Amino acid sequence: MAQSMTGAGDYQSIPALLHRNASEFGDSPAYREKEFGIWQSWTWSQTEKEIEALALGLINMGVAEGDFIAIIGRNRPYMYWSMVAAQMVGAVPVPLYQDAVAEEMAYVLSHCGARFVIVQDQEQVDKVIEVQDELHQFEHMIYLDPRGLRKYDHTHLHQYSHVQDQGRSAWDELHTELEARQAKLTYDSTCVMLYTSGTTGKPKGVVLSNRNVIESAKASSEFDHLSRDEEILAYLPMAWVGDFIFSIGQAYWTGFCVNCPESADTMMTDLREIGPTYYFAPPRVFETQLTNVMIRMEDAGRLKKRLFDHYMAVARRVGPKILDGEPVGMGDRIAYALGNMLIYGPLKNTLGFTNIRVGYTAGEAIGPEIFDFYRALGINLKQLYGQTEATVFITAQPDGQVRSDTVGVPSPGVEIKIDDNGEVHYRSPGVFVEYYKNAESTAGTKDAEGWVATGDAGFIEQDTGHLRIIDRAKDVGKMASGGMFAPKYVENKLKFYPNILEAVVFGNGRDRCTAFINIDLAAVGNWAERNNIAYASYQELAGHPEVLKAIQGHVEEVNASVAEDAMLSDCQVHRFVVLHKELDADDGELTRTRKVRRRIIEDKYGDIITALYDGSAQVSTSTEVTYEDGRKGAISATLDIRDAAVAPVATKMAAE
Amino acid sequence: MLDQTEGYVTEDGRQIGGVVMEMKNITLRFGGVVAIKDISFDIREGEIRAIIGPNGAGKSSMLNVISGFYIPQEGEVWFRGSKRPPTRPYEVAQQGIARTFQNIALFEGMSVLDNVMTGRLTQMKSSIFHQALWRGKAEAEETANREIAEKIIDFLEIQHIRKTPVARLPYGLKKRVELARALAAEPKLLLLDEPMAGMNVEEKEDMCRFILDVNDEFGTTIALIEHDMGVVMDLSDRVVVMDYGKKIGDGTPDEVRANQEVIDAYLGVSHD
Repeated sequence: MAQSMTGAGDYQSIPALLHRNASEFGDSPAYREKEFGIWQSWTWSQTEKEIEALALGLINMGVAEGDFIAIIGRNRPYMYWSMVAAQMVGAVPVPLYQDAVAEEMAYVLSHCGARFVIVQDQEQVDKVIEVQDELHQFEHMIYLDPRGLRKYDHTHLHQYSHVQDQGRSAWDELHTELEARQAKLTYDSTCVMLYTSGTTGKPKGVVLSNRNVIESAKASSEFDHLSRDEEILAYLPMAWVGDFIFSIGQAYWTGFCVNCPESADTMMTDLREIGPTYYFAPPRVFETQLTNVMIRMEDAGRLKKRLFDHYMAVARRVGPKILDGEPVGMGDRIAYALGNMLIYGPLKNTLGFTNIRVGYTAGEAIGPEIFDFYRALGINLKQLYGQTEATVFITAQPDGQVRSDTVGVPSPGVEIKIDDNGEVHYRSPGVFVEYYKNAESTAGTKDAEGWVATGDAGFIEQDTGHLRIIDRAKDVGKMASGGMFAPKYVENKLKFYPNILEAVVFGNGRDRCTAFINIDLAAVGNWAERNNIAYASYQELAGHPEVLKAIQGHVEEVNASVAEDAMLSDCQVHRFVVLHKELDADDGELTRTRKVRRRIIEDKYGDIITALYDGSAQVSTSTEVTYEDGRKGAISATLDIRDAAVAPVATKMAAE
Repeated sequence: MLDQTEGYVTEDGRQIGGVVMEMKNITLRFGGVVAIKDISFDIREGEIRAIIGPNGAGKSSMLNVISGFYIPQEGEVWFRGSKRPPTRPYEVAQQGIARTFQNIALFEGMSVLDNVMTGRLTQMKSSIFHQALWRGKAEAEETANREIAEKIIDFLEIQHIRKTPVARLPYGLKKRVELARALAAEPKLLLLDEPMAGMNVEEKEDMCRFILDVNDEFGTTIALIEHDMGVVMDLSDRVVVMDYGKKIGDGTPDEVRANQEVIDAYLGVSHD
């Protein structure tokens, strides 16, 4: 690689970084995975050999440069290796969501025209076989776990370890070819293609170059002073850009170790055992953990409960200040130290957060109470704002400037501007190359100067320079009265209550707002247990009068808080209904990253929306559901519609 | 009927081998009660063999005869080509036969891992003295056995409860742990006494999958007793039907389904 270098010096691809790590600190651990009850580990030099064997095996099977290789499975070292092996042979890895149903997979696989698919187990093999007739370019599938696959027709099916073995034995004849292909990788070669989940329409394939990935990884690692000593737990979907940046981009750039959990069910135990220093989770994970802690404290003895309540009050008062290095009185410091010994330390240990130096949350707004809870414990939890098209980073919160209602300042190398409609635009070295086979969307998102429209409405705070996000720009509308309609703003406030899992607010172009609400089965179920309320199903619990009353209380509190904001006071929820089923990605109501798909929900539940606005007290409805194996069924229910009191607005009286 | 030595090929294309175990004219009495009356059948290498029948038909007694817990008054048990003398259950276990129980018989206070490790007991050779002192080959032996136990835990997907005391587990998972313990003995022949009893549909589906996977992955011969007819017909290669201690049918699920005597006895006589 003799041409002139930019930024990252000699390392213009992930395989080049792998080689650097293997030769500079080959004996440090690169991957760990818990299997058979033990943490198995691989050093950087072992990793390089494994990846090289797979890459040779891929060439041996006929993978050509520019081919797309789909990768479907949960976070395992082998799956990460297959991404890097694909890059090594000049192919493009395309990770897919492992919980996607077969039809969703069919679309992505045929859109990118993947000739090769690397999957984890029988479940994924079955899904690909189910749709393979629609895939004209599909040729071979490689599977990792042979369990249950012995009797399958192996003409197009290969075991991962066999491919590696063949690669090893073909080293003599193929290694020059591999080296030649690797030498051709430049900063502008494609590093990975990631499909965005897309709240509307079909998923789009975002092409990211080596420049995008390495520059973003470098800038963000420096921003948070990440070093080779970090430990991370890789548990978020591999198809998501965040996981790609943390578990591959930053891991290869700084050389830290990626730990893979034993199974999805053992995540919490594995988290404790590893004690990550750098941790990322969407707000939902923090919410669930907090809910669990609170549920368990409800069941704890009286002394423990009182200690917990007392010291959590201390922590909420002084914890965040200590974390931000602000002055705190001697008495408070002693109380906090005592609390740390009795409560915070053990609690952080239980949660696996003892060693966390930097924690991030992103993807959705996080409730201020949840955010403050973790910061109060002394966990340096921060927010960042990003998207696939930016290779994650647009803004992030620097240490010492952390707040729950902003998403931070522009990340290093990122420029931001707000257009006349309030939409946020950015430009950075991380800006994606294009949407694959979709020039129209590319042109619609990225302008000639490289500015990308985020689709989010927001503003920059005058005094701090922090960015605040209000809502998706296309979801922001007008009420009939002319007031601003920002559904997500209200939904987030609703979702901050542990009892409410999901909320969807309607009202664009109408005279008032209404809402769908999903209860959180864990929180409401525990509450029902403690109050001797019997229920047989989610549906029954969701329709219980006591539950409806509690939810109504939450809605009314939210109305009061919305009323305080003059700009958004028209968004108070006048009527709501608690849905009889959870909104689910399998039914297309949510994206795989659990974002609400408004159009689909509006179509599907049209009858309920009509009832919300025509004043009826009940509505009977029947809803189609898709089970995990793809079968369809229907559930029907009669739902109560509740009126919620709205708070008077400072300037004008509300309509009721 | 079937050839004694050749075996056969199942509908889904599995090759079933020769006879592993043969019951010849077994009769078992408890005082005046005849629990099993002159029953003969065989179990072949690699097959899933079901024993079904109404309550009190003598199914569990039959399983206890196979496992060596009951000694029949008449008849012979042939195992791997030779006649088995009256044996004690632990000797049967050493011969490579493992079982699960209708009413779960796990050590409730011990963790899942420890329970599975007890299944390795027959394979442990070092003395109590060595084991207590953790000296000599005891350590290496424990490591090797732990590895096998862990592979089974992985196979049955119970990693998340590895350290959980069995008493705290729901019923369906306890059944799975029992299967894990039986598998830990690396049996040639696995006896399952009502593996799906008291389970919900989802747990039954999981258990079916595990039974099929065990058979497929380890080539284990499986004999099971089961009430749920749907499960039996889906799962097994051949079925023995018992009623009042007598054998009234024997063959593939389809043959048994078509057998009039079986329909009358087990599925009920229609009254139209």
